[in-house]
Amino acid sequence: MVIYGVALLAFCMLAGLIVGELLGRLIGVNANVGGVGFAMLLLILLTNLSRYRLQLAPMTQEGVGFWSAMYIPIVVAMAAKQDVVTAVSSGWVAVVAGVLAVAASFAMIPVLARFGGGETDDS
Amino acid sequence: MIPDTLVQVLGKNSLITAFLFVGVLVWLSYAFSRRFTAGHIHGSAIAITAGLGLAYLGGKLTGGHQGVADLGLLAGVGIMGGAMLRDFAIVATAFGADPKSIRSAGVVGALSVVIGVVLSFAVGALVAVAFGYRDPVSVSTIGAGAATYIVGPVTGTALGAGSDVIALSIAAGLIKSVLVMIGTPLVAGRIGLNNAVAAMVYGGLMGTTSGVAGGLAATDPKLVPYGAMTATFYTGVGCLLAPSVLFLLTRMALTA
Repeated sequence: MVIYGVALLAFCMLAGLIVGELLGRLIGVNANVGGVGFAMLLLILLTNLSRYRLQLAPMTQEGVGFWSAMYIPIVVAMAAKQDVVTAVSSGWVAVVAGVLAVAASFAMIPVLARFGGGETDDS
Repeated sequence: MIPDTLVQVLGKNSLITAFLFVGVLVWLSYAFSRRFTAGHIHGSAIAITAGLGLAYLGGKLTGGHQGVADLGLLAGVGIMGGAMLRDFAIVATAFGADPKSIRSAGVVGALSVVIGVVLSFAVGALVAVAFGYRDPVSVSTIGAGAATYIVGPVTGTALGAGSDVIALSIAAGLIKSVLVMIGTPLVAGRIGLNNAVAAMVYGGLMGTTSGVAGGLAATDPKLVPYGAMTATFYTGVGCLLAPSVLFLLTRMALTA
């Protein structure tokens, strides 16, 4: 059933967020540390385990697949609710700091990716 | 009577109205991509850029901070594009991601998060100094804002920065996230962003969840889970390092 997939997804997200929240408290920062990342790892783990034992039924997969397919529209909605006015009208310090931080980070990608073996893996 | 009814129904069902609004926006963007760019500029890149443009208009019209979500009828866009559904959809993209790539890039992915935080902080702090800021608290807060718009205010609050500086740090983070959304598809080819490992490094270096989410969606949706996975650790690491180690280093550098 579709709801099984949605519920599985919900379980992974909540479990991940709880872990991230606890980790944040443990290291004393007021933020969720990697909650979504843990949720993703949990989903990958659970769906790969069940490939060997109980295959996810097609309808269950659809429950996850729907939300995965809704990703781009949700991101478009996210873009449409950004505080763009504040971003562009707040003075040059912010603009220059933001632009240079992005430029420097972009420039680092090829360096680190080569280190991680990204060149050879173009899947 | 008819306009009243329309407004009432659309307003009462705001999330559904948002689905329709975003659906039409995406449809128009893909049509634009096919017709005017022969598909060279990805439809989702156009849709995201259009979304940002509309957010600017919404902010100008209402004076609010939520983009089009401040326009009464489009309040549902705030729910649809909010952190809850965004994170739910991001987690869903992990379904079908390749565990092998993640394992093989685990170390460099983790490394990229730390390097990304330090790099953005350093760049932001240097810019603050170049603009005449000298006190370590303000310089660190602006540096932290160059990491993400959450790290900035968290750091500023922890260090007791002025609200004007905190506002600047949020703005620096917003600029970063908007620029990453728009810029990623433009530079993806040149920086080799076409495989899982590069996407994990990219997510770790950029760190802004919204920027990475939008940037990868506009570049290649298959890469989303890898980039999102590392990006999600960035804000936490930033909140950990910026008000502590990085602040102390900044203070040493400024008083030396």
